[in-house]
Amino acid sequence: MWEEYLSPSSTQEAVDMLRSYNGEAQIIAGGTDLVLDLSKGTRKAKCLIDIGDIDELKKIDQDGDEIVIGAGVVFSRIISSKLIQEKAYVLAEAAATIGSPQIRNTGTVVGNVVSAQPAADAAVALFALDARAEIVGSDGKRIVPLGELYEGVGISKVDSTAEIVTGVRFKALGSNQGSAFMRLAQRKALALPVLNAAATVAIKGDKFYESLVVIAPVATRPFRSEDAENCLKGASIDKGTIEEAAEAAAGEANPRDSALRGSAEYRKKMAKVLVKRAIQKAVERAKE
Amino acid sequence: MGKQFLTMTVNGETVEVAVEPSAMLIDVLRDQLDMIGTKEACREGECGACTVILEGMTVNSCITPAMKAQGRSVLTIEGVDDQGKLHPIQEAFIEKGAIQCGYCTPGMVLSVKVLLDENPNPLEEEVKMGLSGNLCRCTGYIKIIDAVMVAARQMGQ
Ligand code: FES
Ligand code: FES
Repeated sequence: MWEEYLSPSSTQEAVDMLRSYNGEAQIIAGGTDLVLDLSKGTRKAKCLIDIGDIDELKKIDQDGDEIVIGAGVVFSRIISSKLIQEKAYVLAEAAATIGSPQIRNTGTVVGNVVSAQPAADAAVALFALDARAEIVGSDGKRIVPLGELYEGVGISKVDSTAEIVTGVRFKALGSNQGSAFMRLAQRKALALPVLNAAATVAIKGDKFYESLVVIAPVATRPFRSEDAENCLKGASIDKGTIEEAAEAAAGEANPRDSALRGSAEYRKKMAKVLVKRAIQKAVERAKE
Repeated sequence: MGKQFLTMTVNGETVEVAVEPSAMLIDVLRDQLDMIGTKEACREGECGACTVILEGMTVNSCITPAMKAQGRSVLTIEGVDDQGKLHPIQEAFIEKGAIQCGYCTPGMVLSVKVLLDENPNPLEEEVKMGLSGNLCRCTGYIKIIDAVMVAARQMGQ
C-alpha cells in the first residue's frame, strides 16, 4: 500500500509533484478501481496524488461548440447536469447505469477512460461522442482521441506516474442530433455489462447524415463499428436501414465466448438487438 | 513516511487524527474514533455496509482513502439521531421489521436519508434504485422498502 497521500490544489502543483516523485507517485481521482488494484497488489505506488479536490478540474463547461468535463467530475454530477442532459444525453444515460449510487458519487468519467476497461459504460458513451482527452505532463498539454489511449484490457497508454488526464472534450450535440445508450446485464445494478452499445446520429430531412455506433466489450477498447456507420451514411431513415446497420455492427464486432458474459452466439444476436435499439432511440431523440 | 494529519468534521464535530496515509475512512472511524456503527463486509465497494455520507453524498468508506475526507464533513450512523431520539427512518425500520441481523442497517439508513433528502416522495422503483448499492442478506428487501415508504410519509408530515 502507499506511504504518502498528497492533495494538490492545482493541476500545476500535481504535475510538479509527479515530477519530483520521479515515477514513484501515481494519480488518483475517485479511486474506485485504483484502490482495489493497490489493495490487491496488482498495482503499486509509493505515493498517491489526489486530483479529486482540484477546483479547476471539477467543471462541466461549454467551450465554444464543445463540452469539457474535468477529471474531478463524478458520475452522479454528470447524471444531474442540465448541459449533459441536453447536449450529450448518451453520457448521462450511460453514467446512470454504473455500479451503485455510492460508486457513482465516487467514480469519475475520466477515470472510466483511464482504467481502460473495454466496456466501461461512460467510456463507451464518450466514444459515441468522438471524445478526446486533454493530457497534461511536464512538457505541456496535448489533446488525444480516446481511441489512442488504450493499450490492452485494463492497461492505459496514459502513464499516471508522469501525466494527468485533466479532462475530456467533445462536440455538443445539436438539435438535429440524437444519442442513446443501451446495456444488457444480469441485474439492473452492481452488474458488469454482458454487452453495451451507444449511438449518436445526425439526421437531415428523412436521411441519416452522420452517425457513430459503438459496441462493447468486443475488443480491448470500446469498439466503433465503421461498417454500421457506413450503412447509415446518407441512407433513408427506416426500419430496413437500421436493421442492416445493426447486422453490420454485430458482424464486425464479432463478440467472443465469455464465461462471465455468455456465449458468442448469444452475444452476437444480442449485439444486433442492442445496436438496433440504440440507433432507434437516437433517431427518436434527434427528431424531438 | 509516517502518519499524516487528517482534519475532518464527523457528525458535526471537528476531529484531528494522525492516520496511516493508506488507511481507509472506515478504518479511521472504527479503529481510531471508536465509531463502530459503520460496518465492513466486502471491503470491495460492492455491498454498502460501510456507507457513510461524505459532503452530502453516500460513499463506501471501505474504498475511500481516509485522506479524501480532509477538510470535509462526514456523517455516520452515530450522527443521525436527534440527541438520543431515533431518526424517523430508524423508527420506521423498527416498526416495519426491516432489521434482522442488522449488519446492513447503518448503511441502509444513511442511503435512505440521502434518498429522502433529495426526493421526499419516492416511487417504489426510485427507492429500489436508491438502495441498489446496499445489499441485505436477511430481509429480502420488502420490509426495508415498506419502511422507507413509512419514513417518507412520517417525515413529510
Ligand atoms: S464493506 Fe464497503 S462496500 Fe462492502
Ligand atoms: S438485516 Fe441482515 S444483512 Fe440486512
